[in-house]
Amino acid sequence: MLKLLWLIPVLPLTGFLVLALCGRRLSRHQIAWVGCGSVGAAAMTTAFVAADFLGVFPDRESYHQTLWNWIDTSGMTVGVSWYLDALSLLMVVVITGVGFLIHLYSTEYMAHDDGYARFFAYMNLFVAAMLTLVLADNLLLLYLGWEGVGLCSYLLIGFWYREPEYGTAAQKAFIVTRIGDTALAIGLFILFTQFTSLSIQQVQSLAVEAWPVGSNLAMIVAVLFLIGAVGKSAQLPLQVWLPDAMAGPTPVSALIHAATMVTAGVYLIARMHHLFALAPMVQEVIAVLGLVTLLLAATSALVQHDIKRVLAYSTMSQIGYMFLALGVGAWSAALFHFLTHSCFKALLFLAAGSVIHSLHHEQDIFKMGGLRRHLPWTFWTFLIGAAAMSGVPLITSGFYSKDWILWSVWSSPISHRWIWFGAVFGALLTGLYSFRLIFQVFFGEVRTQPTGEPGLAMRGPLVVLAFLALTVGFLEMPHTLGNVTVFSHYLSHALPTTELLPGMDESSEAREQLAVTVAALLGIGLAALLFLPGSRPASRLADQSTDRPSMTFLQGGWGFDRLYDRLFVRPWFSLTRNPSDMLDRGYEWLAVCAESCHGWMSHTQTGQVRWYAATVAVGTLVLLGLFAM
Amino acid sequence: MVMMLWLLILIPLLAAPFAWLGQQWSRSAPRMIALGALSVDVLLALFLWNHGDSVQASGHGSWLVESHISWIPRWGISLHLGLDGLSLILIVLTAFIGVIATIASWTEIRSRVGLFHCNVLLALGGVIGVFLAIDLFLFFFFWELMLVPMYLLIVIWGHAQRRDASFKFFLFTQAGSLVLLVAIVALALLHQQATGRPSFDYADLIGLTLTNEMARWLMVAFLIGFLVKLPAPPFHTWLPDTYTEAPTGATIILAGILAKTGAYGLLRFTIPLFPEAMSEISPIVMGLGVVGILYAALLACAQTDIKRLVAYSSISHMGFILIGAFAGTELALQGVVMQMVAHGLSTGGLFLLAGTLEERYQTREMGHMGGLWSVMPRLATMTLFFACASLGLPGLANFVGEFLVLFGSYATQPFMIILASLGMVMAAIYSLGMMQRTFFGRQQDTRPVPDLSNVAFGTVLVIAVLQIWLGLYPRVVLTTAQPVMEQLVQATVASANLIHSRSESLLSSHIVTSQGTIP
Repeated sequence: MLKLLWLIPVLPLTGFLVLALCGRRLSRHQIAWVGCGSVGAAAMTTAFVAADFLGVFPDRESYHQTLWNWIDTSGMTVGVSWYLDALSLLMVVVITGVGFLIHLYSTEYMAHDDGYARFFAYMNLFVAAMLTLVLADNLLLLYLGWEGVGLCSYLLIGFWYREPEYGTAAQKAFIVTRIGDTALAIGLFILFTQFTSLSIQQVQSLAVEAWPVGSNLAMIVAVLFLIGAVGKSAQLPLQVWLPDAMAGPTPVSALIHAATMVTAGVYLIARMHHLFALAPMVQEVIAVLGLVTLLLAATSALVQHDIKRVLAYSTMSQIGYMFLALGVGAWSAALFHFLTHSCFKALLFLAAGSVIHSLHHEQDIFKMGGLRRHLPWTFWTFLIGAAAMSGVPLITSGFYSKDWILWSVWSSPISHRWIWFGAVFGALLTGLYSFRLIFQVFFGEVRTQPTGEPGLAMRGPLVVLAFLALTVGFLEMPHTLGNVTVFSHYLSHALPTTELLPGMDESSEAREQLAVTVAALLGIGLAALLFLPGSRPASRLADQSTDRPSMTFLQGGWGFDRLYDRLFVRPWFSLTRNPSDMLDRGYEWLAVCAESCHGWMSHTQTGQVRWYAATVAVGTLVLLGLFAM
Repeated sequence: MVMMLWLLILIPLLAAPFAWLGQQWSRSAPRMIALGALSVDVLLALFLWNHGDSVQASGHGSWLVESHISWIPRWGISLHLGLDGLSLILIVLTAFIGVIATIASWTEIRSRVGLFHCNVLLALGGVIGVFLAIDLFLFFFFWELMLVPMYLLIVIWGHAQRRDASFKFFLFTQAGSLVLLVAIVALALLHQQATGRPSFDYADLIGLTLTNEMARWLMVAFLIGFLVKLPAPPFHTWLPDTYTEAPTGATIILAGILAKTGAYGLLRFTIPLFPEAMSEISPIVMGLGVVGILYAALLACAQTDIKRLVAYSSISHMGFILIGAFAGTELALQGVVMQMVAHGLSTGGLFLLAGTLEERYQTREMGHMGGLWSVMPRLATMTLFFACASLGLPGLANFVGEFLVLFGSYATQPFMIILASLGMVMAAIYSLGMMQRTFFGRQQDTRPVPDLSNVAFGTVLVIAVLQIWLGLYPRVVLTTAQPVMEQLVQATVASANLIHSRSESLLSSHIVTSQGTIP
């Protein structure tokens, strides 16, 4: 069964090819079957492969499969080959599983769209590229997937191509991430020049041998990889593309901009953890970047009006937690939060899609309200998602993953106390903005009349994801609560375990957990106080004008867009305003010169013999004079 | 086998007058003749490719097939052709792009069809001759042979500004040729000085020892002659005008093949003839490549004319060839070969599509387009594909070319490569900008126009499949080119070592070579 590994990315690719080549001739029904079926089949294959992998390799090392030699010349050998270990298997399970649910949901959500085949073609191509990214055995193939998901993200953000703003958002996403990709590419050049290999495993083992901890080259390469990762994962300072990326259809936001692609940066850092371990300073930078991003995004999420933008900022913030975990060396905790996040954030986006769908594409939360009674399925699933995101203790998965991260931050030897305080404050904000959404959208009076609950194809994925958002957390529970270590045990062969400071015992863990729990609940309570309709602050906030500078600052994501506009976009546009070629001027000047010389000389051609005779005489005299001297 | 070398050149050349005469029989006769002749050439070249290994066993030295016929022995001129992996790849590309150009002209060219195809065949015959000739006199003959028909193609069938553009094209390339001719004659005379008899033969000249001073001058002349054709800044300004004003078929030939003759000249003549002088100057030339990539990409972003945009992007991609050719590593050179093929395919495709767009809307201004995706989905999809190829999407052939160049050159010039990598971001900006302004957004022009015809769609689809195939399985090209590139590197490394030892004995303190091993 493990031999079927190659089928997993190939199946969605086949789906893409079928839809791209003959999508026009297929009926909507057939399109849905191909689009959904290919990802579903990939998910089934994944299940078989996973069962085999876990059964055949009890020690869970890795499985290697080479399809063909991609490039094999002049000292460079790169294969199209897959590498399966616990880490990539986890990613594959999430991509195909959550991906399938989102595809299923899309069959109904996109049912009346003109570009039905195009949509599923892009989505299938995305899944194939994402699977290539996580299964790649070498960095060049990873880069192929990396660029491939970027392209699909671009295509799907600009899916409704008639709107020029959507096109701008799509281009912004591609170009900003391309900046990161270029840094990653330079990282690859350095690694190849050093080790004449691009195999992920080989490069890292060679690097560990050749580079001492903290050596310059290790730092440079780690920084370049980090820039690549922050571009894809929308972290500071390349985070600006994600809120605008919400222009795409909502299932796209769920799949690409929440569950899978934006976590590629987390995957990359976890995959290259030997390299990052050689650069402790870069790791600290990762932690700080994660913290600042999570605070920036959380505060921005608090003041957004668009339901999808709130979720976009929340995604950025949650990935900030993952980066924080990676930064303090809590690799497994980061991946655990990736797992729970992909469940609850996909759920939140899909539920938001259900709201938008029933309100005729209304996305402004201030025009929503009171949907609790009209859309009960959507309400309850959304509530579960929001609860999981805010980390409601004991019953939601988000609690266990976030708690693991915060405990690691508290107890890690390479962390600082202030980072922990910042992250806990972030947890409070998470509760606040999550439940602001709940109270604003589902409580109070009805502002826009909904058309009713969605059908089965949309409801089914919601329920499954809600179930997962509640239960996935039980795979790993802290010492103080049941001490389940299924997840960390599973990943222990792929990722190093987290180091703890000495003197960290269960009682200090319990105290730390209590603080986190209180922060989360405080956030939710505060949200109830501020935003629950009927409360006095809520009415004050409702008619608050948005043109206060502090509000615009937060709404614009701390003004980064404006800053980059001034620093890069405007200079760039003024640089490219003139389409004429400077260097051509030189040649034009040459032509003008020749022409004017010719004009000047032709003046002497008067046709008067006297004039000619006189010039000949003068010329002769001058020449003779010169000879005589 | 030897006959086949001549056939490769003679088939298009001999078919040319028939294409002209064929006009009297019917309008499509010249098209069919051109198509037939070029297809036979493709098949012939592919046959040689397939039997390359068995041929090599019987061949002499480094050439797969060689033909030597005496012509003017007094001046050391002979009809000397040689085929190796590099020329084989480029000949297949030439004939294939020729087929595409013929198909692209099928509906566009309506007047003087016979003369048009006659010129196309003459130009392509000249190009194939350029790729095969290893006597420098013969080489120069073919070099000029391809130029005149190209000039006619532009000046007769071009668009509104064709006279200026063709004049500029002719002046630039002819000036380059002149410099080249002087250098070729000088080489032959130097050979006479050294051995008592003049020779234009590649094998003789490559062994010629030159004084440093002389080698430097001749190298610069060879360099300029080829850089104009490539083109590299500051000699590139003829290109955007020419590419935009030429008829689609001619633009495809210009961008797809003619630019490669410059690159071929660098690899075949400039580097092996003057390895020492070249390794001295290589950082400067690589710098020129970097400037070319960035400067042309910047200008591509500024264009509003779709053909000019593609033209500047084409210059930008040629910068990678310049970098790779002078990096002095086998990997980079392999990247150069790959980039030549990939660029030929991708710009060929892009110009075909841009030409169709121009034919349909009678404008090249992207400001007048927009929202055409729903009007012409086939054309839009294929343009998207080639835009992706042009921005270097992995899995397509351009990516392999560019990345092999960058991987191979990083050790030599790390900072230049970092700068060159910025070209990737700029490529994304202009490629996506082009897509946005033509196919996405609100529809400006609501005239109903037909989508890509079946034939054109099929043609572009074939190019696309080749792009994917070479992007995922580049070994087809790489293994064929590998022995040639290996030899080239050995020659340059040997000479670099020579410099190395010489400067060591002279200075013994400060050694500068181009083969540094920095990060």
